[in-house]
Amino acid sequence: MQELEKRDADSAVVKRAVEQALEAAQTVGASSAEASASLDSGLSVSVRKGDVETLEYHRGQSLSVTVYLGQRKGSASSADLRPESIQEAVEAATRIARFTSEDAAAGLADPALMATVFPDLDLYHPWNIGAENGIELAKACEAAGLAADPRITNSDGASVHDFQGVTAYGNSHGFIGLRSGTRHSMSCTLIAEDESGMQRDYYYTASRVPERLEPAEAVGLQAAQRSVRRLSAKQLSTRRAPVIFSAELSRGLLSSLVGAISGGALYRRASFLLDMKGEQVFSPFVRIYEDPLLPQEFGSTAFDNEGVATHRRDIVSGGMLEGYVLSSYSARKLGMQTTGNAGGVHNLRIDTSGQTLEQLLQQMGTGLYVTELIGHGVNTVTGDYSRGAAGFWVENGELQYPVEEITIAGNLKDMFKGLVAVGTDRDRRGSIQTGSWWIDAMTIAGN
Amino acid sequence: MSVVETASAQLLAPAGLAVADLGDLLSRCMGPAIDAADLYFQTAWHESWVLEDGIIKEGAFNRDQGVGIRAISGEKTGFAYSDQIVRSALEEAASNARAIARSQHNGVQPVVGQAPAVKPLYPGVSPLNSLNENEKIDLLRAVDAEARRADPRVCQVIVSLSGLFENILVAASDGTLAADLRPLVRLNVSVIVEHEGRREQGSSGGGGRADYQYFLHEERGLGYAREAVRQALVNLDAVDAPAGTMDVVLGPGWPGVLLHEAIGHGLEGDFNRKGSSAFSGLMGEQVAAKGVTVVDDGTLPGRRGSLTIDDEGTPTRCTTLIEDGVLVGYMQDKMNAQLMGMSSTGNGRRESYAHLPLPRMTNTYMLAGEHDPEAILASVNNGLYAVNFGGGQVDITSGKFVFSASEAYLIENGKVTRPVKGATLIGNGPDVLRRVSMVGNDLSLDAGVGVCGKDGQSVPVGVGQPTLRVDGLTVGGTQAG
Repeated sequence: MQELEKRDADSAVVKRAVEQALEAAQTVGASSAEASASLDSGLSVSVRKGDVETLEYHRGQSLSVTVYLGQRKGSASSADLRPESIQEAVEAATRIARFTSEDAAAGLADPALMATVFPDLDLYHPWNIGAENGIELAKACEAAGLAADPRITNSDGASVHDFQGVTAYGNSHGFIGLRSGTRHSMSCTLIAEDESGMQRDYYYTASRVPERLEPAEAVGLQAAQRSVRRLSAKQLSTRRAPVIFSAELSRGLLSSLVGAISGGALYRRASFLLDMKGEQVFSPFVRIYEDPLLPQEFGSTAFDNEGVATHRRDIVSGGMLEGYVLSSYSARKLGMQTTGNAGGVHNLRIDTSGQTLEQLLQQMGTGLYVTELIGHGVNTVTGDYSRGAAGFWVENGELQYPVEEITIAGNLKDMFKGLVAVGTDRDRRGSIQTGSWWIDAMTIAGN
Repeated sequence: MSVVETASAQLLAPAGLAVADLGDLLSRCMGPAIDAADLYFQTAWHESWVLEDGIIKEGAFNRDQGVGIRAISGEKTGFAYSDQIVRSALEEAASNARAIARSQHNGVQPVVGQAPAVKPLYPGVSPLNSLNENEKIDLLRAVDAEARRADPRVCQVIVSLSGLFENILVAASDGTLAADLRPLVRLNVSVIVEHEGRREQGSSGGGGRADYQYFLHEERGLGYAREAVRQALVNLDAVDAPAGTMDVVLGPGWPGVLLHEAIGHGLEGDFNRKGSSAFSGLMGEQVAAKGVTVVDDGTLPGRRGSLTIDDEGTPTRCTTLIEDGVLVGYMQDKMNAQLMGMSSTGNGRRESYAHLPLPRMTNTYMLAGEHDPEAILASVNNGLYAVNFGGGQVDITSGKFVFSASEAYLIENGKVTRPVKGATLIGNGPDVLRRVSMVGNDLSLDAGVGVCGKDGQSVPVGVGQPTLRVDGLTVGGTQAG
């Protein structure tokens, strides 16, 4: 129970820091203010080729404050929570607010929307693995990978991370909310080599709960298999073909959806999904929803970064866009109400259409299964999508050979409409979770 | 006052510390199995101002400070940091860092040396005060007005101005004592244009290790506005990019991001020590066409990627990486250099006190060749002319890299014709420079916007090159065949 005492002590510190910032803002004449403070700590160990490589102790604190003078605002932050630093940040924010412009949309969120219930979401599970045990675990993880296949010739190492933190957010409506959470992970990166050259891949496991991490040996083994299977990759010739994105990459496609329906992109008219609320954006089987109050999940929270209560809701239903992702600021710019998404989405999920990955590959028959994407070729304004890719060519529903040095291109609007199926192989390692996506057709560029 | 005196007055004095105490702190990191230790003190002041919808929408100020403590034993690194520069926190961090080698403090007393005189490459004063608040706002408004004046199809303009001043001091068990006062400013403009229901974006910007006056000189700020609008309008007329393998002409300046991704990362010391780079073991080999010479130069005055000293206190230098096509050098920090029997090249960089130093690039560019850029374009029958890029990325081990063109044109019969959008280029690092068939005489460096990410750490960098012709690069558009 020592851990919980530490959490409670840290929570008291961040809460006090927020209260001090709000009091100071009031003293300097702010019409309203909001502040957040955090305290976190962690340990990272990495080993390479059976020996320790780095041992890093993390300990961070921060405070940020936004001060409003009428409809003008200024922000400042400090990297420590000492009273004089908090005072200095409030004064800096106030100074800035004297120079920014009147902005009709600026201000705190509606007080009626503040969260009033704070369920225990079971997010705080300290690991306290310690340097010695962390090193042993990382060594076991890497060793399992190195031993998995004679073609594994080198290692970029294995690492273990143990993180815990508390944050407080408060505003001059009188709202103050506390959050605490842990995040643990283990990863391994291995290099495979044959006469065609070297390939590197990795695998990781992550959870808020140490017991829910995958075993070290399984992580090492997965990393090895993923590196080895990329050896002797070929380039494809240029063609159009159906594409299945692995579950971990499909998360990026959902993130692109979130980017395009976020208030900031919408009020700036910088989105390919402008004015699409109520319109068909995906095929009719698609339901995408947000579920903020799930226990033990990465994106769980009872309130957003403005104190607004979060709710379970459908964002896409029957393929139709049901709602946007708004903060109070972007909502006012759009003449709408906040959706409780200041700071982003909370546990975004998509329903599977029921097929396993193997069934998806079988049903696709011939096409590309993409397991890695590189580069930044996603344009939120137009939806144009073109990224470097590696993966496998599929024929007769089976992986035939690895491919690399190709690009896949299309437009996200067409890709969303062309989503044929979503696999059952949900990747559970983040706030946004999905199974593999099968897209009807994209352009593959190669030799 | 010397730079070290200025830095220690700011960083150490408030904690009741002096340079003379650093030896004692370092000795707390040392032990029989510890080869080296260093202390990195840093304070950073950062501000940003954002104009959007024609109003000054946001301003933010941030102060961060702390100390990072590292102990090295062979290939092992112990690291701890504290965001409070007070003696007790330093002592705790030192003992945590030292835990990398499980041994007791044996009383070795490292000697903190004299700081060598290095001529600063930029003024050691905070850029945050180089304009007053009203002048900063006037600059933002002028840039906004210029973008809107440039074309009626401009419907959204976002202008951001940011300034950073860092004060760092490094002391190491090898006798290093060095300090640096680092200004960095940046101005960015992004615009959305809309015409007949079609929307496109354009962006431009620049900056360097200078103060805000930089943007007033030569109308640089207004120039970024005109450039952002020009790019957006080009994209309004752009057709879908072709897909397939073709000859590509890369414009001068920022397209040098190709060098950064395709070969730069592969020549960083850590990857080569570990044998995980596609360039591992290629030292002395012909890795590029004759006539191709690439350097990493941290000593260019005032440039975004430049540093008077790196984050380990080593003065930066100009390191030749590829000379006339032959691989001749790696970029090194102290630890990787030591383990490879080489010397640091002044490329040890870290995002902040809370991050470990790594071998990183500074300003990486290819030297000019002899060809007239017009003649290079005229030499291509059918291909792509890529003038501006967004980001790039590389897989160090397989050598595969990509980068995305934000402004590109078709070349048809030696003539630049229609603009194309959404083109991604993909290639193989150790192979791409062998395909360089013509090097232009128009070397230029980028305007000062580069950010490089590695192991989760971001640092400012510069890139540059002359116009290049690369034969047979894969272009990833949507128009097959």
